[in-house]
Parts: sequence; structure tokens; C-alpha cells
Amino acid sequence: MNLTLKIWRQKGANDKGKMVDYQITDVSPDMSFLEMLDVLNSELITKGDEPVAFDHDCREGICGMCSLYINGEAHGPDRGVTTCQLHMRKFKDGDTIYIEPFRAKAFPVIKDLVVDRSAFDRVQHAGGFVSVNTSGNTIDANAIPINKHDADTAFDAATCIGCGACVASCKNSSAMLFVSAKVSQFALLPQGQVEATDRVLNMVKQMDEEGFGNCTNTGACEVECPKGISLENIARMNREYLKASFKG
Amino acid sequence: MSGILNSSIGRKFAMALSALFLMVFILQHFAINILSVLSPDTFNKASHFMGTFWAVQYILQAVLILGVIFHFVMGFVLEIKNKSARNVSYAKNNGNANSSWMSRNMIWSGGFILVFLVIHFIDFWIPEINTKFVAGDMSGLIDPTNLESGFRYHEELVHKFEPIWRVALYCVGFTFLALHLLHGFGSAFQSVGANNKYTIALKGVSKVYSIGIPAGFIFIALFHHFTGTH
Repeated sequence: MNLTLKIWRQKGANDKGKMVDYQITDVSPDMSFLEMLDVLNSELITKGDEPVAFDHDCREGICGMCSLYINGEAHGPDRGVTTCQLHMRKFKDGDTIYIEPFRAKAFPVIKDLVVDRSAFDRVQHAGGFVSVNTSGNTIDANAIPINKHDADTAFDAATCIGCGACVASCKNSSAMLFVSAKVSQFALLPQGQVEATDRVLNMVKQMDEEGFGNCTNTGACEVECPKGISLENIARMNREYLKASFKG
Repeated sequence: MSGILNSSIGRKFAMALSALFLMVFILQHFAINILSVLSPDTFNKASHFMGTFWAVQYILQAVLILGVIFHFVMGFVLEIKNKSARNVSYAKNNGNANSSWMSRNMIWSGGFILVFLVIHFIDFWIPEINTKFVAGDMSGLIDPTNLESGFRYHEELVHKFEPIWRVALYCVGFTFLALHLLHGFGSAFQSVGANNKYTIALKGVSKVYSIGIPAGFIFIALFHHFTGTH
């Protein structure tokens, strides 16, 4: 396949940045999207040009490191996959592909397609955990009986890899799908009850302070989420937040 | 509890509550208006009751006006805040791939509804307030000096829908209301945390309400235009 790539190039956080066109030839349909970018970078390096910076790590769809807004969608046109799992067979010979970083004020661009998603880490630090005594007397989590439905729903929420596709896809750059998944995975389990009030209040407060927008229930996040995190989690977080607000 | 309205979820909750309140109001408004087609006499009696009963006039009307203002102001405030959460736009964004046009354009459908509401107030509400509270005529009669003249409400309604331009304007206004409701109805329930086994059924109710009520209002306007005796 021969393709035209329109890629966002930005030298650094303070650079204005612009879209730059690249031609790439002989792309195999079996390549992953990131492998295609690897090939492009090899060619750029050979020519003495600056390679395109982009995030990646496991390349198995589980680490949440890869991002990219491809042809107007987070992680590209495929469903339920991250960019590293997207294959070039999804495109046609002669296509023009737009490749941009995830856009949000809370996700500032570091370089080219690499954005700083540490806002998510700070939201997690604000309450996305269960305090456990690790002095050697830790109780086996499996010793507590948990309803199968609740366990499964909590696990579904816990599959969120924190990639930020929800923020990138949302017209308001809202992080509510991410935060709600992190709130839900504990809200549904007995281990999460002790800190439930503080957790949701603190995480939502941090989310607001990071400058994410408000959710208007367009549902774009749910569609683009590579892990299929459901909007039900946002409804649950709203309930948890109201309950906590009246309590706290 | 303190500062709940300063939080994103608190504002979302308040927005949803005001929306649910306004949807109940619209249903009640429709229930009375459709009487103008089914039974003009009952419509006159219901209008006179709503227009003169103190609890409706001084309490419910005030709550309604506050609800409308809150919903619009909060809608615009949230839109400005949400816009500022993305300082650089995408060169290419495929919104149709993941969300409905209605859900992405609530501010536009809402803005047009606001324009329509202003026109609607000028058409009906201001003359009504003027008659009752400025001219002091609480009789509700066509001729306040003649008890036999009958109630004025139905006649005024039919008269208003004589010009085709006003009927067309109302059709456009209600189309925007339908577009707004097609997302807003379900969204309000999601915002208050109601996403459960009843959500699929609620989506059906949402479609019936969002299309049925505005279509009903359009029918009323067309009915009076084409069957009016003036």
C-alpha cells in the first residue's frame, strides 16, 4: 500500500506545532499501525530527518501507553483495540491518514504525538486505591465472599488501562469514564467500602482541578474505549458522588 | 455537601434535575394544549384555571421561570468551560463515528429553543401578563363587560395561528426541541445515576416523548391554522 500521512509535528511543549505530510510506500497490510510508523521513522533517520516521537510500550494492548488520534478517532477506526493492535489492513492503498496526539488541555503535548497523561496518575493518587496493611498480616482477598455479578462488574471496570482515549474522544475532554471506572472497581467490592466516601470526593475534586471538561453523555468515550468500559460506570460514580456529598 | 454545585458532577446533576422538571412542564403544557383540539370548552376552563389560580401563577410560574433561566445559563456556562478544556482542536475529528449529532450539538439546539422561547413569550406570555396584571382583567372573558361573551383563550390561540409564518416558526422551534430532547431525555436520567436494567426501555420512552410531544405541538399549530374560523 502507498499512503499519505498527515502527522502532527511539534518540537517541544512550547512549540506551536503543525501538520506535516509524508509519503510512505510498500506498506504491508499485515503491519501494525505502530510498525508502519517504525518504518517511516527508519526512513526519516536514513534521510537525516527527526523521527516522529510517539508513545508505545507493550504493543499487546494492555499497558495503555500507545495513544494517537487516527483519522478523527482515538486508536483509529477499529473497535475494542489500542493503536498497537490496529493493523494496516484497515486502510486502503492511496488513503490519506491523519495522525494527531490526544488533545486536551489536561494532556499537554510533550513532543510530536507524545502527550503528558500524568493528570490520570494524580487522579489515581487522590483515591484510586484500597489501603492495605502490608506488614505481613495481609488478609487473602479471596477469603471474602463476593457476589459473582459484582465481582465481574468490578473486574470489567478494572480492565481500564488508563490510555486516555475517553478524554481524547470526548468533545468536552471529560475524564469521567476513566475516573468512574477507577471509582467503580472499588465501589462494587467490600474492600472498597471503608474509603468509599473520601475516594469519590477526592478523585472527582482532582479530576476537576486537572482541567478536564464536564461529561455531557454523548457516549463517544464508551464507543472509542479499547476496553469497552461502560457508561454505567459514570452513572455509578454520579450516585457514589451524591451519596458521599450528603454524607461528607 | 458544601460546594457540591462547584463540582463537575454537582453541576451535571443540577442540570439534569432542571431538565427533568422542564420535561414534566412540557408534558403538562401539551396535555392542556391538545384540549384546544379535542374540546375547546375544556381547554378554556383549564387555561382559565392555570391563568388565575394563585399557586400556579405565583409559585409554579416563578419556579418555572427560574428553572428555565437556570437551565439556559448553566448550559452556556458548561459549554464555555467544556470548550476551554481543549485548547487545540483536531485537524480531523470523526464525531459521527462515535456519537449522535444531537448529543454533540445540544448548545445549538438549546440556543435555537431559547430564540423560540423569546418569540413564544412575546406571542403569548407577555400579552397574558399584560391583560391580567397591567390592565387588571382577570375575568378571562372575550368581553370583560359581558359575561355571556365566553372565555377568550381558545379564540386567542386560533387567532395566533392564522399567519402561516408563525406556524412555520413554531414548526421549526419544535423541531429543535425534538432534537434537543432526543439526547436530553436519556442524558438527564444518566446524569442522576439511573443507568440500569430499565435503560433500554427508557430509550424507547425517550423516543416516544422526544418525537411525540413536539410533533403533537406542531399538529396543534397546523390544526388551528387550517381549521381556524377567522
